[in-house]
Amino acid sequence: MERKINLPITREMAREIKSGESCLLSGVIYTARDAAHKRLVELLEKGEKLPFDIENATIYYVGPTPAKPDQVIGSAGPTTSYRMDAYSPALIAAGETGMIGKGKRGSAVVEAMKKHGAVYFAAIGGAGALLSSCIKSAEVVCYEDLGAEAVRRLVVENLPVVAVIDSEGNNLYENGRRAYLESEKN
Amino acid sequence: MREIDARLITETVATLAVEANCFLPADIKSRIEKARSEEKWETAQGILDKIIENYGIAARDNMPICQDTGVCCVFLKIGQDVHIVGDLTEAVNAGVKKGYGEGYLRKSVVGDPLKRVNTGDNSPAMLYTEIVPGDKLEITVAPKGFGSENMSQLKMLKPSDGIEGVKAFVLKTVDEAGPNPCPPIVVGIGIGGTFDKAAYLAKKALMRSAEERNSDEFYAELENELLERINALGIGPQGFGGRTTALAVNIETMPTHIAGLPVAVNINCHVTRHKSAVL
Ligand code: SF4
Repeated sequence: MERKINLPITREMAREIKSGESCLLSGVIYTARDAAHKRLVELLEKGEKLPFDIENATIYYVGPTPAKPDQVIGSAGPTTSYRMDAYSPALIAAGETGMIGKGKRGSAVVEAMKKHGAVYFAAIGGAGALLSSCIKSAEVVCYEDLGAEAVRRLVVENLPVVAVIDSEGNNLYENGRRAYLESEKN
Repeated sequence: MREIDARLITETVATLAVEANCFLPADIKSRIEKARSEEKWETAQGILDKIIENYGIAARDNMPICQDTGVCCVFLKIGQDVHIVGDLTEAVNAGVKKGYGEGYLRKSVVGDPLKRVNTGDNSPAMLYTEIVPGDKLEITVAPKGFGSENMSQLKMLKPSDGIEGVKAFVLKTVDEAGPNPCPPIVVGIGIGGTFDKAAYLAKKALMRSAEERNSDEFYAELENELLERINALGIGPQGFGGRTTALAVNIETMPTHIAGLPVAVNINCHVTRHKSAVL
């Protein structure tokens, strides 16, 4: 029952993906954590060009372990998303349509998602070895000095994620829990 | 007096750091598998299946279970009849550098909390030492991820808040954490001591096997009750709803002042890692 999504996600596609849907993502995504987000948003504030095309981009909040010589990338599961909340609205306004992380988001992020059309996905936190097997190539785009936190361009195949917050603001963290508790009453 | 060469400590810490990160301990695996067999909510079953698949892949491919290979917590139980030849702290830090370097583990430590420059080798360790009788040295390496560490809380309760105050604070902490600490979680609770000792007890509680209850029946019952109540919150694996919010609740206690009731809740994730060796 998983929805297969070929990246990039356009604004229109983003509006079709609904909270609670399990999705398999294939195509190009970019990685960035707090330190990289800070630099990207500073560039936007100065009106400068970003080191990669943010239009319809999906950003994965991940700092992988180093790749062994025979690996594309090391373990690569999501980091907690709220640390990106200060930066996401600016990136969404600039063209970002997908975010992959784990955990809650602030209201400013959700408002930006509703306004512009964007989806927030969660990957399974702590499943770094499993998620790594879906990453087919990885190259550093910029900020190599940040080590694990550098921006990487990843090509992924059937990366399993769940749409948590959709472009209408529906939230699986609230609805999933409520539905389970309702089912327990019966 | 028995002598232990500091270099042996370095080697042991390095090996334990790599093994702890790639092989999930048996107690955590058995708790996850038990939770899977009892979980009735479909989404939750699917997540637990993937979590089980993940630690299988990690063990098979000798890969870190999670990319957050943590800050390296090292617990030493030093027999009072042991003499360490060399610098103990340096030996432990050298072990962390070696393990995280050679083991392809992530370097997640900044040298200063505000200036924030990565130390590049995951050193220094968070070192905890305890002097115990005997002539052995027990080393436990516990990599600690910060997704769950950041959701931990401490409160100086009033004695009149009593056991109900403790329960309410634990449940509030877990509820506020919600999906952030990668549930299912393991909850370490420290009650008593001073401000700092309560936090230390909470971390120490996470070192105890998830299958083992507190030896004091009163606290064993409290552990069971809290686990039951946490799993009735409905947060579920990854916060998508379900029964399996926590795998275990471990409580450690110590005497405290007549005027106080410190309580610390240290949250750990389903990748609760620790590995020990005795020299
Ligand atoms: S909280 Fe645990 S499972 Fe989640 S990312 Fe951190 S270390 Fe990994």
